[in-house]
Amino acid sequence: MSATSNTAIVGIGQTEFGKGLAASELSLACQAIALALEDAGIAPGEVDGLASFTLEPFREVEVARSVGLGDITFFSQVGYGGGAACGVVGQAALAVATGQCNVAVAWRARKRSSAASRPWAQVNSRISDNGQWSRVFGLLRPVDEIAMLTRRYMYEYGATRDHLANVAIAARKHANRNPNAMMYDKPLSREQYMDARWISEPLCLFDNCLETDGGLAVVITSVDRARDLAQRPAVVHSFAQGLPRQHQTMTNFFTADPLRGPAWATADKLWANADVGPADVKVAQLYDAFSPLIILSLEGYGFCARGEGGPFTDDGAIELGGRLPVNTAGAGMSEAYVHGFNLVLEGVRQIRGTSTAQVVGADVSLVTSGEGVPTSALVLTEDR
Amino acid sequence: MSESAFLLPDLDDNEALAFWEGCAAGELRVQRCVRCEWVAHPPRPMCPQCQSTAREWIATSGRGTIWSYVVAHPPLLAAYSALAPYNVIVVELDDPPAVRFVGNLVTSADGEINEIDPHSIAIGEPVRVAFASIGGVALPRWVRA
Repeated sequence: MSATSNTAIVGIGQTEFGKGLAASELSLACQAIALALEDAGIAPGEVDGLASFTLEPFREVEVARSVGLGDITFFSQVGYGGGAACGVVGQAALAVATGQCNVAVAWRARKRSSAASRPWAQVNSRISDNGQWSRVFGLLRPVDEIAMLTRRYMYEYGATRDHLANVAIAARKHANRNPNAMMYDKPLSREQYMDARWISEPLCLFDNCLETDGGLAVVITSVDRARDLAQRPAVVHSFAQGLPRQHQTMTNFFTADPLRGPAWATADKLWANADVGPADVKVAQLYDAFSPLIILSLEGYGFCARGEGGPFTDDGAIELGGRLPVNTAGAGMSEAYVHGFNLVLEGVRQIRGTSTAQVVGADVSLVTSGEGVPTSALVLTEDR
Repeated sequence: MSESAFLLPDLDDNEALAFWEGCAAGELRVQRCVRCEWVAHPPRPMCPQCQSTAREWIATSGRGTIWSYVVAHPPLLAAYSALAPYNVIVVELDDPPAVRFVGNLVTSADGEINEIDPHSIAIGEPVRVAFASIGGVALPRWVRA
């Protein structure tokens, strides 16, 4: 039994998703937190723990005094962008589990128009950090960095664009059931995928996540307290972070085995902490800034052997009704890209039984954060 | 090419200055531990094998094979968008083994990064280093060997 397994996510809240929303990121965060607390039936003044992304453009004090939170006795931040979402939730759960706080809130608010949200576009034309080993040669964007690994992956294992298309189409089908998704009314065919413009070969437009404004938050407290609250608790059964030895974030080309990314180190701890394993997982939210990350994550978290992630996606296996439905609200590629925090909320909805692509009997729900960067993952379960 | 249009290494404040000085001298250098001779690229202040802080730079053969490549298309920073589609490759050196560099495949040292048909590039192709002068800085490029 893991340290976090006496804690649960008891409230979820999200703002609308959109492009060019008028509200500030601080306002979006406050709205999401207030909605999550309302969902939980917990008063803002009871909140005494906070966890958020280092990418947030404002500090915790602004949130705490705006939402009217109580005396905060635990606050932490996690870095590495898309690797952080499960990390902030897990750290908040650890803080509750160890008594450093009683009610914790974790959140992410993002605006695509914000400079802070798109670090690759922050141009400093003279580079002395690790960018001098990649950006100087025109490898500028996250998509270029992941495309480099993808090309090698395809070469080593024979994966194809059809496998990547399987990922994009599954996410889109799920989003087409989710009225809150940015792509709710936009179906995606295999022909559209194959005809799409390139962004960084071998990755095309539909291998990329969306760019979205929005805020999301969750409330975490003890399972004991959760049993007296309104919502069915999503127990934080297991939590892990992973920063593997010799890893270099995003441009992980320099290690002995670059295709074995942070998912593997995270999964080792995640499953070691859990009473369940990959075979028990009924539904998975796998971080998807880019479609190949799903294929790598299927391998890293133990759903198939290395090199088998591509064929794993064939025949609708990752769609609703398949052997492992993945990204059932549409995730970053088709619901909203909010650094993967929306995946946490969908993982909770699957445990509650309230997803728009609900998996029957979803008692074990996996959520992961970004592969390719120091990352994190959660196993959520029913209270049992 | 104007100096500010492309991203370039900072030669005023850079712990890897010896690498870029090597490029200017026609050498592709890697950092090695003085004590245990473990080679590290990208460089770092301590040897992860023996924890020595005694570091040195050695010249490599500058020969290797293409490990992977991408073809970048817009949206990109303006100077790069003007060259798109262009290739970016990762080269695995023959010696020292398992050391990899990001770079570009060109037909000659001062060639543009978009002059080779990207669909003619193949993983495993042998290449050797060549040095281009971009904005007054010597950058490693790669030509077919």
